[in-house]
Amino acid sequence: MGRLLVRRLGGLATTLLLSSLVIFGSLYLAPGSPENVLFGNRMPTAAARAAARHRLHLDQPLPVRYWDWLTGVLHGDLGTSMVTGQPVADRIGAGLSTTVLLVAMTMVLVVVVGLAMGLAAALLPGRVDAAVSTLTSVSVTVPPFVASTLLISVFAVRMGWFPASGLGEGLGGRIDGLVLPACAMAVLSCGFLGRVTRNAVREQLEREHVQTALVRGLPRLVVLRTHVLRNALAPIVTAVGLLTAGTFASTLVVESAFAVPGIGQLTIQSVAQKDFPVVQAVALLLVGAFVVCNAASDLVQAVVDPRLRETGSTS
Amino acid sequence: MRTTLRKAARTLGRSGTASAVLLLVVVAAALAAPLLAPHDPNQGNLLDAYGGPSGAHLLGSDGIGRDILSRLVFGARTSLLGPALVVGISLLVGVPLALAASWYGGWVDAVVARVFDLVYALPGLLLAVLTVALFGPGLTPAVAALSVAYVPFLARIVRAAARQQRVSPYVDALAVQGFGMLRITGRHILRNIAPVVVGQAAIAFGYALLDLASLSYLGLAVQAPTPDWGVMVSDSDALLKGYWLPVAAPGVLIVLTVLALTVLGARISGDKPPGYLKRRRRSAAPPDRTAVGAAA
Repeated sequence: MGRLLVRRLGGLATTLLLSSLVIFGSLYLAPGSPENVLFGNRMPTAAARAAARHRLHLDQPLPVRYWDWLTGVLHGDLGTSMVTGQPVADRIGAGLSTTVLLVAMTMVLVVVVGLAMGLAAALLPGRVDAAVSTLTSVSVTVPPFVASTLLISVFAVRMGWFPASGLGEGLGGRIDGLVLPACAMAVLSCGFLGRVTRNAVREQLEREHVQTALVRGLPRLVVLRTHVLRNALAPIVTAVGLLTAGTFASTLVVESAFAVPGIGQLTIQSVAQKDFPVVQAVALLLVGAFVVCNAASDLVQAVVDPRLRETGSTS
Repeated sequence: MRTTLRKAARTLGRSGTASAVLLLVVVAAALAAPLLAPHDPNQGNLLDAYGGPSGAHLLGSDGIGRDILSRLVFGARTSLLGPALVVGISLLVGVPLALAASWYGGWVDAVVARVFDLVYALPGLLLAVLTVALFGPGLTPAVAALSVAYVPFLARIVRAAARQQRVSPYVDALAVQGFGMLRITGRHILRNIAPVVVGQAAIAFGYALLDLASLSYLGLAVQAPTPDWGVMVSDSDALLKGYWLPVAAPGVLIVLTVLALTVLGARISGDKPPGYLKRRRRSAAPPDRTAVGAAA
């Protein structure tokens, strides 16, 4: 277990380091110089331009800038926004809690509804199974932005139950404003998790050890809990990890659709304003969330399934 | 001709056939858009603004009086072109890499797998947003970024399928006869795994369509006056005024198209329709006809 942990953490750090290199280096490829954002449409004098380049450390070679940026990031200094002049860390901190709350709400919905649908389909063959399977195959193709518009149209504009955009005051108001965005992201993920759960549980139900347990006269609930679910858990945990990671990426779309002031909306705004320091930091944060989710699901699997600890490999 | 169609319909099953028909209709609409569209997709008549469905406008008209049906028909062009490019480029890059990795194994395989893992760690949507940040919004940067993101998706599956073929006896038999790597992989392995490649490409096409539509919805890929399904869904003015048809029609069309692509892709790549196993049992390994032909 310890060795697996070290290996996974090592792989995680490598991926993060490489993607930070890609993210930082790619901005070097951008046509036009970053300092042009500061001047807008004005044509700066050569001296003003040189001063701006010096202030932003653009006059230094790329490896030096990357090293400065990386050490800064590791010390919690993410740079300064070129548009507002605020520290990037402040702008991100303001939105981070909202995005994390949104992702958490989405995943609670996904786990509850997805597991319920998958279990119902697996345990009740026939009509229920057919109905749930049809529902899940349709819902995995409903992208968050289409779900957002349909939900806004019905529950915000028609019924007026939830706000169409923005968040209210306090925790209650925030949760109220995040219900529809969470639902919009959950539609696709619920279908995915429902499918995975159904197939995993079905596979276990057909195994001989389950039949043996039933023949031995064990209560059905005990068989379900200790023989079926325990063994079906591995693919379900992987799916939840993947979906959590994917939900972080989906916030880019959904937060813009509902004008939720989180990390996703900040990214899209900064891209439009060409505010590179913010884009860099947010991209790194989202990649980090993505990678950590995937690694966490691997580790949880090793906790759930002791067999995976021996070989030390889960891929 | 008729028997071929019937045979195809039987292998695809009921849902697969329905999906294929729907996709044919959408592709035909995209190709023959100027002939089929009842109105100019960009010409609006303000007197018709937010007009409901009528004889002249079957699906109504949007906020500046443009015909929604015509915009959907023309939108099929941009909405299908982007994903087609993404899948085409990813196949061109990914399939040779996957075949080489599965053929040589060893360090080639290890290096390719590591690179795929790294790209896989970056969500496609984020990669596309970053690219747009660098090169400005447009279909080209979005397609380029998604092509990179979809290479590992396709290549991993192709690699696994090719690996299975690689260790089967017919490959050894061909190698003993003196055929080289290019001929064996190109003429035998690739042909045997073709259903998997085509099926997964169809599924990838669906996901690429969703990603590109999401980007167009955000205003990062296809730009506003151009008719495109993703752009049409972003009409928040109509939405907030309570006119749902201009937004729901393209949304439903996106969902239906992607649904058809995933169902068809799953059928082609080997998921048999329910009940198939009861009727006839699949043999463990399908006989390889191409190997016999080469030996003769």
